[in-house]
Amino acid sequence: MALAPFGRRRVGVLGNDELGAYRVLRVADDGPAPAAGQFAMLAAVERWGGEQDERPHLARAFSYARWREREAHFLLEDVGPGTRRLGELRAGEELWLLGPLGSAFAPPAEGRRALLVGGGVGIAPLAIWQDALCAGETHDPRGAHDSPNKHDPLGAGDRHGAPLAPALLGFRDAARAQGAGLLSAVQVATDDGSVGHAGLVTELLADELDSDAHATVYACGPAPMLEAVRALCAKRAVPAQLALEAGMACGFGACHGCVVPRRGGGYLRVCLDGPVIDAAELDHVDAHAGAPA
Amino acid sequence: MSVESRPTGHAPDDPHAPEDRHAPDDPHRPDGPRALSDLGVDFCGLRLAHPVINASGTFDLVAAAAAFGEDALRAGFPFAAFVSKTITLAPRAGNPPPRLWEAPAGLINSIGLPNKGLDGYLAEELPALTRLLADTQGAGRPAPLITNVMGSTGEEIATLLAACDERPEIAALELNVSCPNVKTGLDIGADPRALREVLCEVRPATAKPLIVKLTPNTADVAACARAAEEGGADAVSLINTLRALALAPGTGAAWLGGRTGGLSGPAIRAVALAQVAAVAGAISIPIVGMGGVQNATHARDLLDAGAGLVAVGTESFRDPAVGARIARELRGAPAAAVA
Repeated sequence: MALAPFGRRRVGVLGNDELGAYRVLRVADDGPAPAAGQFAMLAAVERWGGEQDERPHLARAFSYARWREREAHFLLEDVGPGTRRLGELRAGEELWLLGPLGSAFAPPAEGRRALLVGGGVGIAPLAIWQDALCAGETHDPRGAHDSPNKHDPLGAGDRHGAPLAPALLGFRDAARAQGAGLLSAVQVATDDGSVGHAGLVTELLADELDSDAHATVYACGPAPMLEAVRALCAKRAVPAQLALEAGMACGFGACHGCVVPRRGGGYLRVCLDGPVIDAAELDHVDAHAGAPA
Repeated sequence: MSVESRPTGHAPDDPHAPEDRHAPDDPHRPDGPRALSDLGVDFCGLRLAHPVINASGTFDLVAAAAAFGEDALRAGFPFAAFVSKTITLAPRAGNPPPRLWEAPAGLINSIGLPNKGLDGYLAEELPALTRLLADTQGAGRPAPLITNVMGSTGEEIATLLAACDERPEIAALELNVSCPNVKTGLDIGADPRALREVLCEVRPATAKPLIVKLTPNTADVAACARAAEEGGADAVSLINTLRALALAPGTGAAWLGGRTGGLSGPAIRAVALAQVAAVAGAISIPIVGMGGVQNATHARDLLDAGAGLVAVGTESFRDPAVGARIARELRGAPAAAVA
């Protein structure tokens, strides 16, 4: 897991591409390569502040969605003054970036397959994790380093023809469902039924676990979805790693603002103990978090 | 308006700033042979490398070491002294979330002073802080550790101070008086008479320098500062956060789990400047000034208003290394402004 250089750094925007209802912000970054699941705090260098209600003021936390050759990708959805300002940035403009921060996804337990479950803009860390799993950068329980899958391109099947790290992704509507293009081997569910399965992504997860429960689930998305994933996996004794989202002031454990209750008492800092937290550490995923957006 | 641009004063990298024709060690300098780079400050007997420290509860050293690595943190250490988070007698888990609300040019927090309690602090955190602070000031020197404590009665405060007094790793103490008095319900620090009384009671518990962190949520901060001085404080620090409320959109209910919170950041900078100036005119002990400091210009304003040290809080959330940048920028400032 990569440590962040001490202090925020100025990075250039390479592009900001529309992806359905989302944007993919691409930045040039000479910092360390992130591990899948880690995040960065982002703020525009110019005009950060002075928008609606004189916000934004604090940097915003984003999971790395992809990392290739010193190019970091972040998935944006316009949900407030911070995300709106970041969505306006164009190639040649600059960002403050602090990262990579936080915990990362851990490889599946021996003999288990990776199953990715995402919702909305929360699909971002699953894309970089799928990249890592498919590139064999992490331990592959089915064949370790001599696995024929090691160099398979994204979405290629394993020796039995099943996808290596299939992704079940839920979205509100068709415009958001275009975000699924970030990943491979995808099954989509939409709330309005416009694309894929009409209903919840956890219904797809239940079906997958019915057919083969020998999986480790990696999930990121809105709190109600994560709670449903947590409850479903707990009921079936399937290990799950949840990438949580929370409003943060700092991203490096200083402010103690982004906490979630820990099973057995006390709190976990999403920025420092997470964002990837073993589901067994949580009694419940609360929909408290929210601002700043 | 950019925070860097001001009608008076020049940023250190401002090409329009008047050129200094004298080398820092030039004996013909108007102010003599004093090196510009020498920002060393004597504060209550502590020799500090520069006047920038952290505000209590805004920089978690142990967490920062985990996020950035110990070596990088040491090499770029942003503060001349380190102030711990507030330590209470019993452990506190902190307030239920949500704990944050972004305000116009600032932040409202309701963290609730999570800490391991006095015993946990002395046994676990103090050794870790001492280790991490070693060699942060160059030439093998540590940044002095200032431990911040809070209690709801004189007896509790005296216990905290006495226990810390026994530990040589602690250079000084800061007393957070933004705590409700168990009898009156008023913040101890908001009432000059109560503040003087409690300080007279607890002052004998420690021989270490005692800084009283004043609350801005009072009718007359200068009177509270005088009470602190009369009660035996060696210094005062201000301002703490301003009491603030955020409502969850569309509900009319309090957003924060702790209901009210404390406002910090640039939003409170002008209030901080006014309160530091008012206190400076009322007392003769040193002042740690803080509130919305983002750069050396803001730091200089507080120093000009009468502070001897400046603390950085919310801005460290935006950039953990900002304290070092401010200290560097102050080094480039006209000597008179930081004298």
